[in-house]
Amino acid sequence: MDDVAIIGVGLHPFGRFPGTSAIEMGAKAARLALTDAGITWKDVQFAFAGSYEVDNPDAVVNFLGLTGLPFTDVYNGCATAASALSQAANTIKLGEYDIGMAIGMDKHLPGAFAADPVQYGVPSWYGETGLFLTPKFFAMKIQRYMYDFDITPPTLARVAAKNYRNGARNPNAFRRQELSEEAILQSPMVNDPLTQYMFCSPNEGAAAVVLCRAEIAHQFTAAPIYLKASVVRTRRLGAFEVHSPWVPPERADSPTVDASRAAYEIAGLGPEDVDVVQLQDTDAGAEVIHMAENGFCKDGEQEALLSARGTEIGGSLPINTDGGLISNGEPIGASGLRQIHELVLQLRRAAGDRQVPGTPRVGYSQLYGAPGTAGVAIVST
Amino acid sequence: MKPQRCVAEGLFEWPSDEPTVSGSRCDSCSFVTFPTQDACPRCGADATTPTQLARTGTLWTWTRQRFQPKNPPYIGTEPANEFQPYGVGFIELPEGRIEARIAGDIDQELRIGMPMELTVVPFATDADGTEVLTYAFRPIEG
Repeated sequence: MDDVAIIGVGLHPFGRFPGTSAIEMGAKAARLALTDAGITWKDVQFAFAGSYEVDNPDAVVNFLGLTGLPFTDVYNGCATAASALSQAANTIKLGEYDIGMAIGMDKHLPGAFAADPVQYGVPSWYGETGLFLTPKFFAMKIQRYMYDFDITPPTLARVAAKNYRNGARNPNAFRRQELSEEAILQSPMVNDPLTQYMFCSPNEGAAAVVLCRAEIAHQFTAAPIYLKASVVRTRRLGAFEVHSPWVPPERADSPTVDASRAAYEIAGLGPEDVDVVQLQDTDAGAEVIHMAENGFCKDGEQEALLSARGTEIGGSLPINTDGGLISNGEPIGASGLRQIHELVLQLRRAAGDRQVPGTPRVGYSQLYGAPGTAGVAIVST
Repeated sequence: MKPQRCVAEGLFEWPSDEPTVSGSRCDSCSFVTFPTQDACPRCGADATTPTQLARTGTLWTWTRQRFQPKNPPYIGTEPANEFQPYGVGFIELPEGRIEARIAGDIDQELRIGMPMELTVVPFATDADGTEVLTYAFRPIEG
């Protein structure tokens, strides 16, 4: 029994847009989602909006209409969009409303994120000494993973090259130029073993989805996509996580593993049922690790899977068909809804040049970010 | 000799020939945290006692920080072209894995599992010329 359906998706392209505010991008994405659903803003009974840079993303009402609807802003690190989606779905499940929206938007300055570590519950010295940085965490996580499971640098380059190749087929992507594995490996080393072109960049963009109670979905579309699960989890003691100066001797699975297991259980599905996948590729190493953390292969199997091009659009397990974060960049508030946008297009068989073959039925998306928060959503036809 | 200061009070014991970093031991469940904190993240108790962590361990993972971090929060003020990249790693101690700068030449060979020992290094200079010190780990020779 499905509770919640997605009847509309919209996306403002990801990239750099001087003179356009995050709010304006959010409103544009929302309008596209409304048009896709065949409804107007007046039909929307509630909304959630997510952003890192904008305190009040609900200000999209200035451009969409001041209808007085209940509108809640959320921020939850790189899982912000997953949180907006979960809250919107839960609001429909509570039974009070039939139609709502989740909207994400952001407009970041170029370069790695910088923040006050004290705001993350970490002492000032951690930032003062040059340790409060996300890229070096991801580098150290994949460095250890490569040691433990015999993953080689060419595998990292294959992931990045695939995502640039997919992004080149996506008119909404930020980096649309294909790059060879050699060029990726030979680009400047940023945080060993990760080179410049193995990383995504913070940038700008917006995305939106329209959700409704599943029973009424056919009033709006002949082919609703059902939201089977949308789950957020945070780190447990013993997990190796970003923005933490230490890890105790005991070991725990990452929040991605916890969120993934919960989502599969709620959806009544397993990784073998999934046809198209969106993973958090903050860097090429993160995509490699997340393949295993989300159950799509065992630790270490990535080396052979990537070598056989198994995660390409035509492969057995297509991952980041729209180019992922590496090609799209990461406007934090919007990133997870971009993933949902792509999955919906794929399941509708409307993804154009990057459409996966056959009749995909189940899509899977995962977000991970500071300070150890993960979101997983599963959708199906 | 330039005046020197520790980057944070109570982060490590210094001056000392054998410096150590400071943690907290939970009064209820004996769980050790780094750095010091008043409450225990394992059992939730709110009483802890300072403890010094082991000063030798092994390299658990590592990278090299090759771009200059943004200031703030980083307190290095050197021009971008004078930035000196530095190693970063997690060092496995009996009490847990702690993150640290890695002292020594940026191009020195680093291997997971190699023995490491604690040291104290200058990493920045205040406007009045005072050198700022932090803890770091370096490979044990031989």
